[in-house]
Amino acid sequence: MQKLVLLGDEAIAQAAIDAGISGIYAYPGTPSTEITEYVQHSKEAAAKGIKACWTANEKTAMETALGMSYAGKRTMVCMKHVGLNVAADPFINSAVTGANGGLVVVSADDPSMHSSQNEQDSRFFGKFALLPILEPSNQQEAYDMVRYAFDLSETFRLPVLLRITTRLAHSRSGVETKPQRDQNALTLPSNLRQFVLLPAIARKQYKVLLNQQVALEKESEGAGFNSYTEGSDNSRGIIATGLAYNYLMENYPDRKVPYPVVKIGQYPLPLAMIEKLADTCAEIVVMEEGMPIVEEQLAGLLRRGLKVRGRLDGTLPRDGELNPNLVAVALGLTDTRGEAVPAIVAPRPPSLCVGCPHTDSYIALNEALNEHSKGRVFSDIGCYTLAALPPLEAINSCVDMGASITMAKGAADAGLVPAVAVIGDSTFTHSGMTGLLDAVISKSPITVLILDNSTTGMTGGQPSEAFGRLKDIVTGLGVEPEHIRILKPLRKNHAENVQAIKEELAYQGVSVVIPTRECIQTLNKRMREKFKNKK
Amino acid sequence: MKKDIILAGVGGQGILSIAAIIGTAAVSSGLYVKQAEVHGMSQRGGDVQSNLRLSSDPIASDLIPFGKADMIISVEPMESLRYLPYLSPEGWLITNTTPFVNIPNYPAIEQVMQEVGKVKHHIILDADKMAADSGSSRSANVVILGAASPFLDIPMEVLEKAIRAIFGRKGDEVVNLNLNALRLGRQLAENQM
Repeated sequence: MQKLVLLGDEAIAQAAIDAGISGIYAYPGTPSTEITEYVQHSKEAAAKGIKACWTANEKTAMETALGMSYAGKRTMVCMKHVGLNVAADPFINSAVTGANGGLVVVSADDPSMHSSQNEQDSRFFGKFALLPILEPSNQQEAYDMVRYAFDLSETFRLPVLLRITTRLAHSRSGVETKPQRDQNALTLPSNLRQFVLLPAIARKQYKVLLNQQVALEKESEGAGFNSYTEGSDNSRGIIATGLAYNYLMENYPDRKVPYPVVKIGQYPLPLAMIEKLADTCAEIVVMEEGMPIVEEQLAGLLRRGLKVRGRLDGTLPRDGELNPNLVAVALGLTDTRGEAVPAIVAPRPPSLCVGCPHTDSYIALNEALNEHSKGRVFSDIGCYTLAALPPLEAINSCVDMGASITMAKGAADAGLVPAVAVIGDSTFTHSGMTGLLDAVISKSPITVLILDNSTTGMTGGQPSEAFGRLKDIVTGLGVEPEHIRILKPLRKNHAENVQAIKEELAYQGVSVVIPTRECIQTLNKRMREKFKNKK
Repeated sequence: MKKDIILAGVGGQGILSIAAIIGTAAVSSGLYVKQAEVHGMSQRGGDVQSNLRLSSDPIASDLIPFGKADMIISVEPMESLRYLPYLSPEGWLITNTTPFVNIPNYPAIEQVMQEVGKVKHHIILDADKMAADSGSSRSANVVILGAASPFLDIPMEVLEKAIRAIFGRKGDEVVNLNLNALRLGRQLAENQM
């Protein structure tokens, strides 16, 4: 046993290596990115020949993992919570096909939206798909759960969802590792129709999935990640899921909670434990790091049965992350908040880096659009979304990966001409290409700026699948070559860049402008390494 | 033993290297450690913090409760104030005085330092200048760590060992510059205490 100090993400990655995966697939997304990066940088993983790939998007990652599972090998697929929306089709259907080799899907939720557009709770997706869910409360548990998840997946022949949240993903702690396990041999499913979801087969397999639920619930009672601790005061009982359990414990320095506590780390919910709590206690307080999914089920639509408190009745806030103080207040303990923040402290929002190529692109775009009314720039997910803030204030939308191009098309269809889409190179290959094809086929009067900084910038500079291919891709999708303009976004080229954008804004069809200059962060990193090697 | 530390700064200022040194020293002393970091969007020039918790007993929460931090270590003066609700009444505020101005409405530095002065226990230092004067402008972080070191309950030798472990692969020169920076900060704090 080796004790390592690891981020939650790294603990999951090390556990996957130790559990004998043959491949890990992901599209970068905060707070999940470091899982795949860890495997990519691991010498152990390289020596074992583990495939560790960034993919075009989360859907292709999920499908690739499903293919590896089909071939009998263990595999992990990682994404941020909104990535699971993109992968939802294969994810939900993978519950019906089932797995062959162990398949663990990691979805990293971001309550409080530190780096996200919403705070959706992936446990809903797990429940929706009828798949078992694991929710660790600390880094050691994250490690242990991964090993267990692969066993569970291979026992039940089902994918398993590991749901984590930002604070676990990006917090370090000591982790004891387990002995390493060999990879599986290549073994096809014994039933070669298992993965053929023709209605007749799917109907049969769906019944099998439904019938497995009782056994899965029994597994939840006995696997050790859910527990019942007796208390001395039965005036209330507490259900704490995932990280919420830590915040509960933090409020009792000797770790002795006076009330009975059900700690939840595995779903489907352990009914017998919850029933015992309900029979013992006058009321139940539910603490969840995320949406009130357990609370809602327990309270019921009409709230006529059990007295349940939590996020729905205001005992805890309806949105955002929990913390020890919110839990203290919910339990009637004193809040320990110190001095207030002095009024002079100004907010310091994130901003584009000094020297960022996007800044030059936006300054040119803003000037080219000066002669038109405001409100016609649809943008996307990436560093360049920061242009919504002062001083650039250049964009009017940011919804989901790829929505810039399709929303611009819709707005142009409605009569907003010119309409502009601004999307990054990696976001374009993630989900922008199909929308551009739609626009080409409709000959929509839109101008698409693909900001090519040759990397996936916001998540720390992972390689972009678009690298060196953008011009070929947009040509292949049918954009007319004379309306594909490659620019170099530098201050000295400002006048000619403005002119080029103006010309394309005037064109009554699809134009693609590609300002191309490397991300200043990856450039600096590359230069540092070059300098180091020369030394 | 329990030390709850808020590390504060602006994305890109490198507060995580301070966390790494303290964390390494704590682990080698057999303490439990939890360290919550900020990754993602805020790293692009926004305000960032790290919650570093050391204890001789197992630690429950990754986040430090309000009013319980034993110290705030900040590489930027205004950022040191942002986390006052976390500082315990007897806690120490250790901050650099060099402002990082990347917003148009950054307050007057005199006002900022006046607010810092209101905190009962504080150490202020111009770590950038001290580091530059000693010939290593990139070691300002470690100067600040040195100024915080009297309150860490970790012997200097253990911190020095952690610096050797972390900077060792960059060569003796870098190690020595950082060891020197650590001692400079320590000396300054001892004079102010």
